[in-house]
Amino acid sequence: MSTAARKKSLIWDYLTTVDHKKIAILYLIAGGLFFLIGGLEALLMRIQLMKPNNDFLNGDLFNQVMTMHGTTMIFFAATPLLFALMNAVVPLQIGARDVAFPFLNALGFWLFFFGGVFLNCSWFLGGAPDAGWTSYASLSLESPGHGIDFYLLGLQISGFGTLISGINFLVTIVTMRAPGMTFMRMPMFTWTTFVASALILFAFPPLTVGLLLLMLDRLFGANFFDPALGGNTIIYEHLFWIFGHPEVYILVLPAFGIFSEVIATFSRKRLFGYSSMVFAVVLIGFLGFMVWAHHMFTVGLGPVANAIFAVATMTIAVPTGIKIFNWLFTMWGGNIRFTTPMLYAVSFIPSFVMGGVTGVMLASAPADYQYHDTYFVVAHFHYVIVGGVVFALLAGTHYWWPKMFGKMLNEALGKITFVLFFVGFHLTFFIQHFLGLMGMPRRVFTFLPNQGLDTGNLVSTIGAFFMTAGVIILLINVVISSISGKKAEADAWGVGRTLEWAVSSPAPEYNFAQIPLVRGLDAYWLEKMEGKKGLTPAEPLGDIHMPNPSVLPFVISLGLFVSAFGFLYHNDYSWGLPVAILGLVITFGSMFLRSIIDDYGFHIHKDEIIEAEKKGVKA
Amino acid sequence: MHVEEKLTAETFPAEPERATLEGKNKFLGFWFFLGGETVLFASLFATFIALRDKTAGGPTSEELFQMPVVFVATMLLLTSSLTSVYAIHHMKNFDFKKMQLWFGITVLLGLAFLGLEIFEFYEYVHEGLKYSTSAFSSAFYTLVGLHGSHVAFGLSWILTLMIRNAKRGLNLYNAPKFYLASLYWHFIDVVWVFIFTVVYLMGMVG
Repeated sequence: MSTAARKKSLIWDYLTTVDHKKIAILYLIAGGLFFLIGGLEALLMRIQLMKPNNDFLNGDLFNQVMTMHGTTMIFFAATPLLFALMNAVVPLQIGARDVAFPFLNALGFWLFFFGGVFLNCSWFLGGAPDAGWTSYASLSLESPGHGIDFYLLGLQISGFGTLISGINFLVTIVTMRAPGMTFMRMPMFTWTTFVASALILFAFPPLTVGLLLLMLDRLFGANFFDPALGGNTIIYEHLFWIFGHPEVYILVLPAFGIFSEVIATFSRKRLFGYSSMVFAVVLIGFLGFMVWAHHMFTVGLGPVANAIFAVATMTIAVPTGIKIFNWLFTMWGGNIRFTTPMLYAVSFIPSFVMGGVTGVMLASAPADYQYHDTYFVVAHFHYVIVGGVVFALLAGTHYWWPKMFGKMLNEALGKITFVLFFVGFHLTFFIQHFLGLMGMPRRVFTFLPNQGLDTGNLVSTIGAFFMTAGVIILLINVVISSISGKKAEADAWGVGRTLEWAVSSPAPEYNFAQIPLVRGLDAYWLEKMEGKKGLTPAEPLGDIHMPNPSVLPFVISLGLFVSAFGFLYHNDYSWGLPVAILGLVITFGSMFLRSIIDDYGFHIHKDEIIEAEKKGVKA
Repeated sequence: MHVEEKLTAETFPAEPERATLEGKNKFLGFWFFLGGETVLFASLFATFIALRDKTAGGPTSEELFQMPVVFVATMLLLTSSLTSVYAIHHMKNFDFKKMQLWFGITVLLGLAFLGLEIFEFYEYVHEGLKYSTSAFSSAFYTLVGLHGSHVAFGLSWILTLMIRNAKRGLNLYNAPKFYLASLYWHFIDVVWVFIFTVVYLMGMVG
């Protein structure tokens, strides 16, 4: 196929794209949308808890909003937003033209997207899930209506997508690295993506099983969690947390990677203790699988189990401490520039350390009986997830925005966003430690006056409005940037160290006209220090092989979306089962088509590349 | 090497499944996928072990399981794994017809296994072990049934490849596909070995 035949409308282009840079933009838009929805839900909860005995949201609606806030933020905001940055950056950082499986990359996105849409359909079809983001079996089995079923089916669909994306990044990083890009020369963000992908591979199947069994119980008459017929509800808790704890590291390791890039770049220094950073990431990834039962200290697993899991949990503080000190030493003596991403990185360190300290407190099993299910826990994990992951997402978005869209974000507005968000975050969550220690239980929709909880809750709600204002300024920044933003250079910040800053902003569709030769850590920085303009090529200029776009990933995911409605209603309506089967036929039929239709891709010819490179693209 | 190249027995590489970058990616990616599948089945096995004597007054595994059927099914599946090894052996030697023949035998053995499993489930349901009888029955049908659906998927996969490529023979584009299908088939076989041990043998000894 020639290049001329590939001119299509914008919507069709994005529906069928298999280009990692466009999929990154899709992830950013969809994940950003779910982030706004989840944030709105948080705001509604804080309004309800602003004063005692408030009736803004009644108990049932509060349960739904609370459940959807957690579920949306973890599965449909944080994870896809990280995938957005991974897709945008990792292939460029390792000097590759694309990911290993461009088709699966698109499939992963569409599965995630339809899973998220399916879950949110519950709002309009009889009520959202209401058993918390963990959806423990004992509670969720009794939940009336179909809210929980939307949760179960939606998460299974998006879970497949996440698993596929994880495998894709693992293979990409193993096989697609440019010549000379050894494992110990990989940028930290690539390393953390690699380890997080390995965690996805081993953590998501237990979640799939847990959700599957709960779905079989609720919709198909199985008895896994029904004690009357021999079932055991603790099994669900184990399966959920065997996934749930590694999920924390799936989110926070890439966040560490983003900060490692940002801190090294804006300190104009090589990352301090690179190999110990790699070691720490791998060790955290490994230990992340050894600690799940610390979420279940009060279940009654016995003192031996609790002691083992308590000690294992505290062990994670060691590699995390290594990383914290390495970041501090990277900044030490550096030529620091406080850009917006750097502000997030610098404020991340104390914020995250606070989350870590309360983590060690919670890891102490006897003390945990006091903290369990109070706002102390809420404060702890928001310090980790917001102070770690959301700060990283904001830093990463500002940092790589020019690379993704070719325009700079406004620095002044970026800094206003930072101040509002940073102040709002601490205002909201710091006080919750004390609310929790005073005995305020989490997940409860109201509280009584004059129990010492009034002021704390009001302060917390005010903080939530600050964060909201920060996010609104960010959105304004995006709009202004897209209208009148400054055009970004290839090396947008002028101090880029890694390969993505060597190609134009945004990168051409083939990424590198010639695959670069990597001669050390911070490959682009090395070339700049030797006075060179571009990278050293590892191959002569030639035709470039590209994958064909395809609508099948969209159709496969749509099939599962349709089928999920059928399964959800198969006990209520006679059309349920036929629709379920129809959906599966669409999905498996598309997979069949994918299997039997040969797809060799196409080539971009050398002349077209020379033409494109002349138009200001430097690679 | 390039995928569209026409090859002969002399020019066909020793490891055709990994001779191209696409093939190498698929090879590695599929091994990772099998790693994930292993955890999936491990979770189901753990669940089954926790629930295997929770029969809630319904039939127990000692009452139900019969060695002859399960033994024959095991032999069929183990043999089919062997025949798929022969098929891949012939693929590497660029002998398309023999590869098709051995894959054909693999499919027949797999179908026989699937038939026996359906027969077995049918018998159990008649003896009173329905899906919703007890925690044991749910765990049993879910674990063994999920394995059975893997068998069905593997069979349709191999058949699709055989029919799709029947007229055009081997090349570096379809060699990785055949290889991965056989890898999947081996994985199904390994899972069955564990099912045979954990579900059936332990179920009969008690």
